[in-house]
Parts: sequence; structure tokens; C-alpha cells
Amino acid sequence: MTNVDDPTRLDEVASAGRILVEVDGVSHSYGGPVVLDHIHLSIEAGSFLGIIGPSGSGKTTLLRIILGNLSPTRGAVRREPGKRVAYVPQVETVNWNFPITVSEVVLMSRASSIRHPWATGAERRDVSVVLEQLGLGGLEDRHIRELSGGQQQRVFLARALHRQPDLLVLDEPTSGVDVRTRHEVVHLLTDLHRGGMAVVLTTHDINGLATHLPRIACVNRELIALGSPRDVLTPKVLERTYGAPMDVLEHGGLLLVTDVPLESS
Amino acid sequence: MNLFEPFQFAFFRNGIIVAVLAGAICGLIGVYVVLRQMSYIGHGLSHSIFGGAAASAVLSVNFYLGAGLWGLLSALMIGRVARRGKIGSDAAIGVITTASFAMGLALSNLFGQAKRSIDAVLFGSILGVGGADVFAVVGAGALSVVVIYSCYRQLLFATFDPEVADVSGVNVARIEALLMLMLATTILFTMKVMGVLLISAMLVTPAATARMMTNSFSRMLTIAPIIGALCGFVGMLLSYHIDVSPGATIILIASTVFLVVFTVTGSRGRRNVGGLGHH
Repeated sequence: MTNVDDPTRLDEVASAGRILVEVDGVSHSYGGPVVLDHIHLSIEAGSFLGIIGPSGSGKTTLLRIILGNLSPTRGAVRREPGKRVAYVPQVETVNWNFPITVSEVVLMSRASSIRHPWATGAERRDVSVVLEQLGLGGLEDRHIRELSGGQQQRVFLARALHRQPDLLVLDEPTSGVDVRTRHEVVHLLTDLHRGGMAVVLTTHDINGLATHLPRIACVNRELIALGSPRDVLTPKVLERTYGAPMDVLEHGGLLLVTDVPLESS
Repeated sequence: MNLFEPFQFAFFRNGIIVAVLAGAICGLIGVYVVLRQMSYIGHGLSHSIFGGAAASAVLSVNFYLGAGLWGLLSALMIGRVARRGKIGSDAAIGVITTASFAMGLALSNLFGQAKRSIDAVLFGSILGVGGADVFAVVGAGALSVVVIYSCYRQLLFATFDPEVADVSGVNVARIEALLMLMLATTILFTMKVMGVLLISAMLVTPAATARMMTNSFSRMLTIAPIIGALCGFVGMLLSYHIDVSPGATIILIASTVFLVVFTVTGSRGRRNVGGLGHH
């Protein structure tokens, strides 16, 4: 596990690849209390990082700083030039009543480079290929509200993948989805990571998602710990992160984080 | 009664061309106004531009120059306040726009000689439309079509999902400023027929009607201007025959069309239009 006083140490040791994004001593406040304090974090090409922490811990702020649509109050963020970043927002933030079809959503990904309004034949074929890969073939003309929860999540993944990103960033990808959809998302992200794509996500879902990831950052205003789940998910770190006592068990080779019963805490 | 009798008058021919084009442009821009939930901004901006129109009338400055500069300035200020997204931005917009409107009314009271042209701007008038206005509306319409054609995908992305659009290389701030300028231009060039007090309804009603009829953004962008143009045509003709201001007649026709579509499309339409305020 990374030393709390020097959170970048293990990161640097573990990283032999190129650094896509380097968060260097970043602090942020929205005009009131500090929501992020002196965060050091680097994201290498082909890495897979999950950011966990309680609500209001600064996870989404950190994600927005990594994405570059929020400038930190202090510190610096360095990005490798020319690398494409794609973002998948929480499905709960999507306006499902917006009049838009599946293919229109996917085509948005290249809005900054293509000027003409309507998709060319080649673009439509590209979209079909991405949708087919994600098991959404034939749904091009369906309104986004008419899809199942899993399909809705995958449409926004399809939009991100259509951008052919070097770094895929996801905010709570398993929030508000059922167990089956969560499995689909975890498998899909694992495949993308194996294919060489760097993935960064935030999650509240420790057992369903975070324990499956190669590297976890525990954040609660500051970076509490950074490392593999086995190194990071300890009762001590979890209590510092969540402010409540938690137990870590092992079941079938997987870690299982549980609440400590009230009488024993 | 000869329904087409008014077409023998040049002022009416000008008026109906402007009304049809104004309806179409309002319908087109209204799609973005409705989907971005900017109807309050449209309402405020039209009131704000009234201040510039009144000042131009009093100072005998060209209407489009005076009200135009005022409108563009207001649009950029409102866009800036709205973009901050802080609680109370609607209050700030309310203060900016109603102060401008009140100034227009004060000027109107102080300088009575401008009252007629100011009334025309407030309520809309067929008589106030000349040949230059026709060219102005054609220009505004052409500009809107060119901007929407060339920035179609960026406008769509910034409307549907501004945060992700920003990360994906779309300059959302520039796109939003462009939209505000298009909105100001639309209001400026159509207010003589519609009237300041009613134009915001025309920015909302045809687009909301189109939303009930389709689930596709591109089809909504086609249907809304057609509804707006038809309402402009029928409303203007009716306005002449029943001697009611064109703005009021056009809006009443548009509202009737909305009600008919609302009834015919049933729960599907109600769900589509009911969801416009929810994310």
C-alpha cells in the first residue's frame, strides 16, 4: 500500500508506462471549504484505476480535474498532448426525455471534427460496428428511453468508444443499474483494459466493482491510500476513508467489505 | 368576405411574409430554447431588447441598430450569468431584463412622440412592417439556417450533454454564446410583428408541439419551423379580418395547434412534453 504521507511512491514504482495524466499537488475548493487537498496521482497508458470514497469526498471533483473541465485552485495537471479522452457520465444525469436516437448519441462523439449535420454512409457503418461490439446491433433508430438499463449504459459507453480514446473516464458506471448490468459493465471494462485502454472510474460499489480492479485510490478530501485492493482495502484505511468501522473478509479468493455490526463497533 | 382581400395591400404582403418567416425562425430556434429549458431567458431577453427599442425610438436611431446593440449586449450578459449556473442566476437575469424593460417604459412615458412605435414593438403591428423589415427577417432566417447547419452536431452535443461535449473537444462556451446571439437576433427581427410581450410564447409553443409529435431531434428541427410558419400565415390573415393584433392572433393559433396535438397524441405526447422540464 502507498504510504499516506507520500501517496505517489507506489504509483511511480508500479508505473513503467507513459503517463497520460499527472495530477501534481492538486487542491480545490468551490469558494468554501477545501474539497480536495494536495492530491498526487498519475494515470499511465493502459492502467485501470478506481476512485472510491464516501459521498462528498471529492471523487467527482477529482474526476473533473482529470478530465480537464475543472481547473484546480492549486497544483498542476499535466496531460500527454494529442491523447484522446472519452467520458461516460452517470446514467442518472442523462435527460432520457431528450428527443434523440441511439445512433444520434453515438455520432456526437466526433462533433468537434465533423461539420456536416447528417451522418455519411461510412459514419453509419462505424456506428453500427461499435454498437454491434457492445451487443446493441439493430437498435440504431430506437429512442434512448426505449432501452433496458443495461442497454442505456452501453449506449453511452458506445459513444465514448466511438471516439477511440486512449483514456476512458467513467463516473459511477454501476450506479443505479441491476446486478446483471453491473456484470456486463465490469466484463466490458476489463476487456477494454486488456485491449490496452487506460480506464479511470469512480464508484461507491466496493464489492461489486472496486475489488475487481487492479488499482484503487481511496479519497476523502485527501488521498488516503493508493494501491491494489488487497493492499488498500484494510479496516484501517476504510475507516479513515469512510469515517465508519468496516471489516474485510475473504470469500472465494475475492475480498468482501462489510459493515461492522453496531454492537461490536 | 374575401379571405384573400388583404393581399392587395403592400403592407399586408410585407406583414405576412415577415409573420411566416418569423414563425419559422422562432420554431427553429425554439427547439434549442425548449430543450435547453431557456424559455425564461428568451422571455427576459425580449423584455430587455424592448429597452433598446424604446431608446432607439426616442433618440431617432435606427431601430435595428439601437435595439440590436442592446440585445447583443444583454444576450452576452445573460449568457454569462446563466453559464455560471449558481443558485440565483434566474434572479440576476430577472433583474437585468426587467430593469431594461422598465427603462423602455419610462422613456415611452417621458417622450410621448415615440409612443406609437413603442406600442407597435410591445404588441406587434402589421402597419409597422416595411420592405426593409422583410429583408431583415430573411437575413435573420438565412443566418440561423447557416449557423445551425454548420454547427449542427456541436449545438446538439452542447444541448444534450454539455459536460461531456466540453471534454470531447466542443467549445461549449462559444456554442452557448452563439446560441444566445441567434436568440437575440431572432427576437430583434421578429418582434415588430410578434410584439415583445408575446414573442417568448412563439419561441416555446411550436417547438413544444413538435416535441409531442416526434422522438427524433432532426425531425423536431423540421416540424417546429413548419408549425411556426403555418401559425404565422393563418394568424396574420385572421388578425386582419378580426382586427386583433397579429402577435396575439398568431400565439392563439399556435396555442390551439398545441392543444389539438396534445389531445391527439395522448399519453405519448404528454410524456414527451411533460419530460421537457425533467432531467
